[in-house]
This record gives sequence, C-alpha cells and structure tokens, in this order.
Amino acid sequence: MGQKTPLYQQHLDAGARMVEFSGWDMPIQYQSVIEEHQAVRQHAGVFDVSHMTVIDVQGPASTEFLRYLLANDVARLDETGRALYSAMLNTDGGVIDDLIVYRMSTGYRLVVNCATREKDLAWIRQQAGDFDPKDTTINERPELAILAIHGPDAIQLVCSCLPSDVAAAVAKLGNFRGLESGTRFIARTGYTGEKGLEIILPGDEAPALWQQLLALGIKPVGLGARDTLRLEAGMNLYGHEMDESISPLAANMEQTIAWEPQSRDFIGRQAISRHRQEQLAGKMPILTGLVLETRGVLREGMTIHCHTAQGPTQGIITSGTFSPTLKHSIALARIPADAQDCQVDLRGKLTPVRRVTPNFVRFGKKVFE
Amino acid sequence: MSNFPEDLKYTATHEWVRLEDDGTVTIGITDHAQELLGDIVFIELPEEGKVVAARDEISVVESVKAASDIYAPVSGEVIAVNEDLVDAPETVNSSPYEDGWFCRVLPADEAELLELLDAEAYANLCE
Repeated sequence: MGQKTPLYQQHLDAGARMVEFSGWDMPIQYQSVIEEHQAVRQHAGVFDVSHMTVIDVQGPASTEFLRYLLANDVARLDETGRALYSAMLNTDGGVIDDLIVYRMSTGYRLVVNCATREKDLAWIRQQAGDFDPKDTTINERPELAILAIHGPDAIQLVCSCLPSDVAAAVAKLGNFRGLESGTRFIARTGYTGEKGLEIILPGDEAPALWQQLLALGIKPVGLGARDTLRLEAGMNLYGHEMDESISPLAANMEQTIAWEPQSRDFIGRQAISRHRQEQLAGKMPILTGLVLETRGVLREGMTIHCHTAQGPTQGIITSGTFSPTLKHSIALARIPADAQDCQVDLRGKLTPVRRVTPNFVRFGKKVFE
Repeated sequence: MSNFPEDLKYTATHEWVRLEDDGTVTIGITDHAQELLGDIVFIELPEEGKVVAARDEISVVESVKAASDIYAPVSGEVIAVNEDLVDAPETVNSSPYEDGWFCRVLPADEAELLELLDAEAYANLCE
C-alpha cells in the first residue's frame, strides 16, 4: 500500500483503477484512457496531482538563493502570482528535476516531481546550506493537494463555482499567472496543451472541490491520459526525456535557461556553457518528434536507426504512445543532430518514421505539418 | 470484475476458445486480458488459410498502454478472421467474447482441446 492523496476515496467512488506510482496509490484510469483524453481535448477534465511535491522557499535571501539554484531566473517573476518553468541542474549540467516556481505574496512556491522528491529536497537543503537559515527557509507542504482542471471549457466551469469577484479575476489570468484566494492558490499552468487551471489547496478542502467539479460535468482523468495528453503537447516527462545524465540542451529546454545576465552564477552554468559549444559544433543530440502514420505504436526504448555524416548510427525513443487526437502513433526520440532517414525497429521490423517539431497537438488541433 | 463464461475453454496466456457445433473453434482474448490492456487501438490478425501450431504467435494487439502477442491455443488451419476488428479494434474492449472474436481455426489435433483450462481454473489463475 502506498501513500494516499486526500482524494483516494473519491477515486474509488469514480471507479478508478489504482496503481502504485512512485510510492503513491494513484488512479491510472477511471473507464478509458481515450475517453478521458478526449474529455480534456473537447470539454474539461480534472486530475488529482496531489502526489507532486510542494516546497515553499521564503525569507529575504530566497530570490538570491533560487537565482543560484535554478537554470531559469526567478528575477523574471516581476509580479506576485507569476510562474516560471525551470530545470534544476547539477554541477555537470545534468537535470536533477524540472519544476514550476510561482512567486507568492509570502515568497516562492516550487512544485517538483514526486518520483524525485527525496533527492530534490536533499539537494535544495544542501545548496541552501551556504545561506543563513534565518534568511532562507525551505518548507515542504505535504498537507496541500493539487487539482488540475484542463480543457476548452475548464476555466469557465471552474469560475462558475467561485465567488464572483474571484471568478472575474481568474477569468482574466494570463498564461503562467496565478492568484491567491483565501486558502487556495489558483494558476493558469498545466501539462496538457489545453487551457486550464491548477488549484493548490489544503488537502481537507480538496474532496469538496472535487465533488463540485464533477457535479459541473468535469470528467475525472487518470495518469494514463495525463501521459497521452502531455506527449501530444510535446512536453517532457522527467526520467524519460531527461535525467541527471542528460543536458537540458539535448531535451528541448534551451528556452528555459536564462543566460542573461551573464553575471548570474547558477548551478550547472559552466557545464551547460560547454554543452552549448558542443551543440554549435553539431555534437549535441537533439530531442525530435516522430510520427508513424501507418499501423503500430512507437514505445519508449525502441531503437531508431539513422544515418549521419559519420555513417549509420542509432537513437532511442524516450516516450511513445498512440495519439487519441491524431489516431496514429507519436513519439519523442533522442537522435544525433544530423540524423537522416530515421527508421524505427518496430518489434523486429524496420519501419520509416517521419520527423516533426516535437509539438503535436495544441488546443485540440494538430499543429505539425 | 472480469467475466469468465462457463461454456468456454481458456489458456494461461489469456485466450479463450469456443468449440463450435461444426468442429471448428473460435478464438479471442478474455475479458480479463482486455481489462489489463485497456483501450485497444490496433489489431494485427492472422491470414486466412494460415496453418498454425499451438502456442505460435498468431496476432498482435496494441493498446494505448502496451503491445501484446496472442498465441494459438490449438494447432490447425485459420479458416476465418474477424475483419471488422481492423477498423474497430475497440470492439474487443466492449465485447471480448462475442463481436470481438479474432479468428476461427479447424483443429488439427482434438486432443489439444483437452489440455485447455476450464472457466474455474482460468479464473483462479487470474486472481
């Protein structure tokens, strides 16, 4: 038996099939991954992501500390409520984790992956060791739950169950912006390629909100569809597209690295500066999108055979699935930068695959050519 | 809960077999198998006329989650395949024992039928 989120009973009531996920009992699906996926693309779905780890970083030195800890620059968060996606690198420039950081009225809030919780906390506390504890406090918030509500109708439906002044403010939120409302933090962030909200709230308030959302016709969505949705959106999953052995430059994370100002020293900066030289020399592998428009499903770990200037070589699929929106298989794969003529070893049969920009579906529609 | 009809025979690899009046057998995958696989998106069927040996791979099922090989429960000749599954593989999820059948085989050795599991033995295996 794993840890349970405050919504465990609600999942059972909704007919979930529960699985062990990084020490947590989580819903993998309720009735059908494809139906839950389509609910998010066409209407609205709600995910319980309370297994994710919330860490509050506060104190007068918190900005200075996070500017050192993270590859993206929290100084860019010029207003309360703004959010930033960042890699947390080790000194070799490998990715310890990817995370979202929110600027709150009381400091910063980090949301990190649950599978990496222990090493993240250990790393953050170790790095904070050089800062005076009265200037930087690091507090995990295990009592908080997180609901993600996504889909074309999601924001409007959530607003219909909020007090009118809060609803008006939430409706006006831009992407990657949030607000505090009593015990809740409500933000326009997510992991599906659809518009929507993430609500962080005390765990004991989560079941009532969950029931309210279901009563509005919002469909519960499990981790199975969470994965097909994020992959259609071309989004990375830690441990698949990147880990401590992978440079963020080999995982489409260039845009999340704040190189300027050059005076900012952040952990991993020297290493990824070298990675950038390798990248300019064409020696850094790339993370590409792949589509298979015939029958069959691309799966994680399948080998990609391709040609480069140096001769035949191989790449690997980091995540693959059937795309419920596109009705064929899609994948992310790491291949040499100059790879050509990619073929996948599909259960022993070499099959040509087409390379596309790793962003397959946005707002319910196909986005690649 | 999975459904295990009493009138069928089963394999440990989650195929079911129905003995038809004309001596042929109809083959599919069990309710338990389709539940484990989840949403089925592609099915590769055997060719009609193909002669198979018991435990040969005769089909591949791809769900959103995983790919799974399907094995011949008995030896014989494939005399019919359910072409409807090519465009509607989800039929196996909704009707694993009826509309979601895979193929019919003319058994080469009736003794092999005696080696199959009955509903109770298969249900115990799935627990």
